[in-house]
Amino acid sequence: MAKIHKSPWLIHYDGSSCNGCDIEVLACTTPVYDVERFGIINTGNPMHADIFLITGGINSQNESVVKQIYEQMPQPKVVIAVGTCACTGGIFKECYNIKGGADTVIPVDIYVPGCAARPESIIDGVVKGIGLFKEKAAALSAEKKAL
Amino acid sequence: MTISERIIFALLYIVLAPFIIGLLDGFDRKISARMQGRRGPSVLQPFFDLKKLFEKEFLTANKMQLFLIRSYLCFIVLSGIIFFGGFDLLLVIFSLSTAAMFLILASTATHSPFASQGTSRELVQIMACEPMELLVAVGFYLATSTFTVSDIVSKSTVANIRYLPGFFVGFVFILTIKFRKSPFDISTSHHAHQEVIKGVTSEMVGKEYAMVTIAEWYENAILLGIVGLFFVSNNILTVLGGIIAILAIWFLEILIDNTSARVKWQLMLKLAWGVTIVAAGMNLFLLEIIRG
Amino acid sequence: MEVLVTALICFPFLWAILPAVIHNSKRRAFAVYLGCTIVTILSVATALKWYLAGGQALDFRLPYQHLFGEIFMWGDIFLMFFITYLSYKHKRLIISVLTIVSTVVPTVLEKFGPKLGLAPTMRFDWLTLIMVLIIGVVGSLIGIYAVGYMHGFHIHHHKEVKDRRSFFLSMIFVFFGAMFGLVTSANLLGLYFFWEVTSVTSFLLIGYTRTDEAINNSFKALWMNLLGGCGLTVAISVGIIYFHTANLYDMISAAELNPNDMLCLLPISMLAFAALTKSAQFPFSGWLLGAMVAPTPSSALLHSATMVKAGVYMLIRISTAMADNYVGNMVALIGGFTFFAASCFAITVSDGKKVLAYSTISNLGLIVACTGCGYEETIWAAVFLVIFHAVSKSMLFQCVGAIETTIGSRDVEEMQGLMSIFPKLAFILMVGIAGMFLAPFGMLISKWAALKAFIDTSSVYVSTLMVLFICFGSATTMFYWTKWMSKILGASKREKSRDLTKKNEYISMFFHAFMMIALILGFPWLSENVLKPLSDEMFGDVKQVISYENMVIMIVLLCGVFIIPFVNYILTKGQKVKQVITYMGGVNAGDNFNFISSTGDPKELEISNFYMEELLGEKKLFTPAILISSFIIIVYLIIVVGGALQ
Repeated sequence: MAKIHKSPWLIHYDGSSCNGCDIEVLACTTPVYDVERFGIINTGNPMHADIFLITGGINSQNESVVKQIYEQMPQPKVVIAVGTCACTGGIFKECYNIKGGADTVIPVDIYVPGCAARPESIIDGVVKGIGLFKEKAAALSAEKKAL
Repeated sequence: MTISERIIFALLYIVLAPFIIGLLDGFDRKISARMQGRRGPSVLQPFFDLKKLFEKEFLTANKMQLFLIRSYLCFIVLSGIIFFGGFDLLLVIFSLSTAAMFLILASTATHSPFASQGTSRELVQIMACEPMELLVAVGFYLATSTFTVSDIVSKSTVANIRYLPGFFVGFVFILTIKFRKSPFDISTSHHAHQEVIKGVTSEMVGKEYAMVTIAEWYENAILLGIVGLFFVSNNILTVLGGIIAILAIWFLEILIDNTSARVKWQLMLKLAWGVTIVAAGMNLFLLEIIRG
Repeated sequence: MEVLVTALICFPFLWAILPAVIHNSKRRAFAVYLGCTIVTILSVATALKWYLAGGQALDFRLPYQHLFGEIFMWGDIFLMFFITYLSYKHKRLIISVLTIVSTVVPTVLEKFGPKLGLAPTMRFDWLTLIMVLIIGVVGSLIGIYAVGYMHGFHIHHHKEVKDRRSFFLSMIFVFFGAMFGLVTSANLLGLYFFWEVTSVTSFLLIGYTRTDEAINNSFKALWMNLLGGCGLTVAISVGIIYFHTANLYDMISAAELNPNDMLCLLPISMLAFAALTKSAQFPFSGWLLGAMVAPTPSSALLHSATMVKAGVYMLIRISTAMADNYVGNMVALIGGFTFFAASCFAITVSDGKKVLAYSTISNLGLIVACTGCGYEETIWAAVFLVIFHAVSKSMLFQCVGAIETTIGSRDVEEMQGLMSIFPKLAFILMVGIAGMFLAPFGMLISKWAALKAFIDTSSVYVSTLMVLFICFGSATTMFYWTKWMSKILGASKREKSRDLTKKNEYISMFFHAFMMIALILGFPWLSENVLKPLSDEMFGDVKQVISYENMVIMIVLLCGVFIIPFVNYILTKGQKVKQVITYMGGVNAGDNFNFISSTGDPKELEISNFYMEELLGEKKLFTPAILISSFIIIVYLIIVVGGALQ
């Protein structure tokens, strides 16, 4: 799995948030930040995605949705929580319907803090995610060989 | 053409087509990025993507999908062999439409709303393109009195574009649909674009999606080959002209892709059929008159 | 040979009495099975005997020809009174005018007109051979299917309809007899009798359920076919008065010798006109669409082995007299137009039987176009299409009938995931659909040949139009078949239920599937040993229509369609795979058929194909299609009739 890290495709899900981080994620794909130079594509489809980018907190309504999207992604996969809300629940944390950060429903690998998270830090997080992605892929192929 | 020549050409197609078209695709992304003021990915990006897709875990919503997709790939390659082996052009097109049917069956086998939506649109796309594809074969027959690709090349003393300008215009028009480029990328789209999630390929995971991508490359090789066929004659130097034409058309498609917005399928159907009737139909009529 | 052919024609007529008088369901079924078996054996025996005798065209007179002549005449008169009575009963007296005119004129001419010589009245040649086999084998299978289907129809599904099965089954035998007579007759007077019998029988079959709709549609079928009969009458009259012959082949050779003499073309044009009504081309397509109201076996019968095939049989017969003249142009244009227009309409309907009806019309359009062109390639293509169409259409109708019985609907949208609940039915449906349009099957080879021939057609504008019709028509054909096929695969939301299809229905359908595959595999043999002599007979010595090289490619493609998916299926069968649910934006309720709506409850997901009603709908385009095609026919007939009167 030598080249797997060169083509990380991501799916982006915006949970319960003010949409600030949402906009910043989209900003990453604009000419100014151009994430495509890393081979990153923003797909809309979990079946094609390698990286799950979550912005916003988890509430009782989107809990199952996030879970389902995560399950529909093929291994190896990396989850990145972008923004304070996705990391911990943020300022909404105490609301009656908020469960907290993304890690309350699915395992999160990388946390990108910020309110809203800056595009630079998002890209940083994604690049870090790519590194992790490589490790996971290697682990997976070793596991495959062991079988 | 002797048997061994046919075999060599067919083998060259099988081996080289994915590399050449994959590379063209990489340049396509690079050029598109530059047109948009970005740096863009490496030109080898399509191969990286492909390799990754093959190595992903295999999930599926319906097991039938995999064998249908493999059949799709096989049929596209078969059509390419018929074309580059220098056999009958009309049969190439029939074989291509059979292949397309396998893609459609694969995509609907899952009962997924997005894939079904994409499939219906894909069907409309096929319907929009097919008359023109058939007419191209008819055009070559009128110009050279044969459907056989090797004879079309060896029998023509001048490039057939001289007789078939209308057919060429019509064919280039539907190429935009075939290459899944804007404004006609309505069933699914190539690289970074999205349309109804990923249209026909929505439910295709990992290697399935990789196989569809390779099949598309093989198909594009045939289509670009047909573009080249318009310019090639029995003079060996015209091959160069053919290559230049292919590159020019390829660049034109990128330009169109980056300067137009997606249209609705109704408009696409009307435009494609309209252009086919006007451009190719006129050319057909005139050629018939000349032939008497 | 004479005796065999006579037996072939008379036997079904006589056997028809049996199901009519036996009212015990089991015994009647036995009688029908036995009758169908005998018909099959007789037809195959006749065909084999002729084939083994060297395959030379055979002209002969029936034994007791004079007696048969009288029977035909009195039969015609009886049919005339019968139709007049029925049209009086149903207050459509105007229709009787058609039958009176078309019966009285030839009868009077025959009795009081110029005396005709003792010409042969029958002919058996390669085309007859093919038609006899189609009618004998496919027709009989439909007969067998009908027994089981009609049982279910009355006992389980349509208790309100009066049980007239005896009548229905005996009509099927009458149909066989008439068709055998039709394809062997050389004398137009005899042919006319059989022609009228098929018209009346189909009228009776369509009106079987006696609902208002059925009666309306059956009268529509009647008047259109009687109009065609009038065309035949004109042809007979012209033949008797001007050429002193009622022999079909004499008229054809006269027209071949003088292609520019409109008087010689007149009977040919009238025969062509009659054939166009019978083969349900635009503007006469209405009757075949209306014929859907009848129980499925009769639709299968009308659409595949009989009735519409009578029309195209006639056109293939006269095609050598139509090559590159006005009549041929008319037929080709009507055929091409029908091929395209009917396939457009087929896109817009979702009723399975209606899709099949339009596809029949469309396919017949292609055959008709091929005959209108009249070159050896197109005749080769046309005959192939006739064979493939007969088998696959009969199979498809039977299958849709069985599906309707089992799932209670024949709507294409309701067949979602048929593969997973009724794999046997779905398999038959798939083979039938594949046989209709997929690459190496009938359609491809025929389209290949037809396109080539149309480019070479001498008339510039006919050639251009025909090429466009075929190119666009194949695109639309692909659309409606593929979307149907894609419905069948995949998961189904229906519960698995009992398959209500009867054993004899399955026997018939599987036999069809088997025949289909045999036909495909035997296609090079068929081309060499049956189609080639047929072309030789019609056009003199002809070279192989399709080159050796292309034959090889087609065989490769053909094997490809079976073998590639099969091999891939085997290879991927053991594939380890993790099952996931389909993507619905994360709100899949877990079963792929429901999603969690905004209120939090699961809602059912409906997936439907495109029908494009606002673009190509019947409501919008049917009338224009009728107008355009009527215009073509009228203009060309005026040219021919006007030229003849000069």
